[in-house]
Amino acid sequence: MEEWTAIVIQLFTGLSLGMLYVLLALGLSIVFGLLTVVNFAHGAMFMWGAYAGVSTLAITGNFWLALIAAPLVMGLYGLVVEKFLIRPLYGRDINYPLLLTFGLQFIMIEIVRIFWGTSDYPFAAPELLSQPVNVLDVFFFPSYRLFVIVLTVVICFLLWLFLERTNLGLIIRAGTRDPLMVRALGIDMSRIWWVVFGIGSALAGLAGILAAPIRSVFPEMGVAMLVECFVVVVVGGMGSLKGAILAGIIMGEASALTTLFYPQMADIVIFLVMAVVLLIRPSGLFGKAGLLE
Amino acid sequence: MAEGKKGKVSQSGIDRRTFIKTTGIVTGSVLLGGFHFVPRVSAQETGPIKVGFPIPLTGPYGTEAKDQQAGAEMAVAEINASGGVLGRKVELLVRDDKLKADEAARRAKELIEGEKVHLMSGVLSASNQLAVNEQCKLHGVPFMSISQANEITMRPDNSIYTYHEALDPHQTTQAVGEHVAKKFGKRWYFLTSDYAYGWQMTDGFRRKGKEFKALDVGETKHPLGTSDYSSYMPRILSAKPDVLFINNFGKDQINAVKQATDFGLKKKMQIVCPILLMSSRMGGGHAPFDGVIGGGSFYWEMDHPSSKKFVAAFQKMHGRPPIDYAGYAYSGVMELLSGVNRAKSLDPEALAAAIEGRSYDNYKGKQWWRPCDHQSQQDVFIVKSKKGKGEYDVFQLVATVSGEKERLLRTCTEVGQDPNKPIRSGLIKK
Repeated sequence: MEEWTAIVIQLFTGLSLGMLYVLLALGLSIVFGLLTVVNFAHGAMFMWGAYAGVSTLAITGNFWLALIAAPLVMGLYGLVVEKFLIRPLYGRDINYPLLLTFGLQFIMIEIVRIFWGTSDYPFAAPELLSQPVNVLDVFFFPSYRLFVIVLTVVICFLLWLFLERTNLGLIIRAGTRDPLMVRALGIDMSRIWWVVFGIGSALAGLAGILAAPIRSVFPEMGVAMLVECFVVVVVGGMGSLKGAILAGIIMGEASALTTLFYPQMADIVIFLVMAVVLLIRPSGLFGKAGLLE
Repeated sequence: MAEGKKGKVSQSGIDRRTFIKTTGIVTGSVLLGGFHFVPRVSAQETGPIKVGFPIPLTGPYGTEAKDQQAGAEMAVAEINASGGVLGRKVELLVRDDKLKADEAARRAKELIEGEKVHLMSGVLSASNQLAVNEQCKLHGVPFMSISQANEITMRPDNSIYTYHEALDPHQTTQAVGEHVAKKFGKRWYFLTSDYAYGWQMTDGFRRKGKEFKALDVGETKHPLGTSDYSSYMPRILSAKPDVLFINNFGKDQINAVKQATDFGLKKKMQIVCPILLMSSRMGGGHAPFDGVIGGGSFYWEMDHPSSKKFVAAFQKMHGRPPIDYAGYAYSGVMELLSGVNRAKSLDPEALAAAIEGRSYDNYKGKQWWRPCDHQSQQDVFIVKSKKGKGEYDVFQLVATVSGEKERLLRTCTEVGQDPNKPIRSGLIKK
């Protein structure tokens, strides 16, 4: 294989890797942007999404049902968490919800360990998407990963439509800029926050079920993912959706290209990218300065 | 923004603290060892015989650790049912070492100094075994190691107190490499987990490959705990290997095999794992592992009298068949306990004499204790993943590579011992 084809293929795998980051980072970022809640349970929600999918698949035997069930279940779960756990902490220091979700993550992991055990769960891609696609006659690309790329693009587009073209989206955007003013206009922000936390949680659940056929499903699967995801959000700029998408793709590509040239660095490269970005732009690519001061 | 940064900083702060703690403990214990300030623990003369059993119950090898515990419990139950050891009951003290070497050393020390255990076994992964072995050597407690490591039976780590029931990476790769070289192509590629386990497996296969004039067409090292291997696949495909050795373990193995299958690698090459466990195969599922070949010390459907007996008893006790690590633990703990009974004493020299040179068959066919390094000589089995009839019917036994006449072992000289003498190094004189 010639060098340039290798690079093209590597860019492709980087894109598919980046898409999982994008989905997770979007959920994290949208919640932070509006609620200024740093959700440390996001990784555990990702993991619960995968288990919700595994359980649905075990009961129904249908991947597509599992694909719908995971974000639904996690969306509802997010609504409950916001209402009973996060809401009492509004108006307090930002560290309160951070500590709460940090603890919640351990509870969620432990619950899975108790009821599902610590072993891995097998989870196969559906029959329809199990065959690799022949690319350029030199390389096979898993059709399931192509599906993940397409689905993520669709989700991003729908999210954009929702935020830019609906009344609720308008309120959410306004709420990110100036919540006090929005409230002065007679809008109940707590309802908006409730819905947004649910959306963030549903996105984590969706990422979880999408990751299940690629990676193994086990109780700690979200822990490492959360760290990488925070890196993506920080690079993109806390609270910026554009930033989350761009940074997710950049990180996927950085990781893939490093693997091609110097695999031992593949683990560290995203942290290097973060360091460089933060040196040049301390608030991340699209971050607003002073959001948290 | 600042918050995000704060989150990151505190993350690395914890790491640094752990690092300092770890290095502090290591330095501290090195210093103590240097001063020879180790209290000699007097074993209790009455009460139960205690066996310490630190294993990584939490962490990525939790599944395998549970099987270790189950196997050891079975050996203890059997010995107790037939009168115990030296007329005393045996008690198994299980501790979680969280797959961290410093934690394992601490747990072992507590077991020895606090619980005053007479014997030690358990532990998974080479670095943890070495840490526990170090403690056992310091305090003169016989230690039966039951997971793969090359160093444990080698100078300077081995001693009269150290026994190794499990296979080691050398035996495993010599056996699996021999089978692969005879059956499959000669262009070999290695996907290596970047730590001792992966390096030793790759080195072992290369050594065997040279014998059969296999061509080393490339190696990619990946960090331990990698979950996405997609970006490794193009490079592997472009090297056009006949055989891909995936030299990693546990979840890394499941993910690597799963994704290699997704990328269609199986259409172009044979995938080989040095150790292929039933637990990984069941965690990954049938489709990803279909046709993958690997080595094992045991498989529950083996047609052998002692295996059948072991499997039946294990199933009765735990409701499922055992994996390799249950076998190691059962046989290893059994050897220690029955050794003490034959020696009629807990004296380490008498125990060594009762074990060295002994042929035995606890669960998998004939095994033999080599006197010069306390390594158990045994056969290696080659298994192939298949879609079975039952939940646990996952492998086909394709070959048995004989371990007879030390053919798979390193020589006594290679491990730093005298071929004509039983190992007596490290003996603490009372």
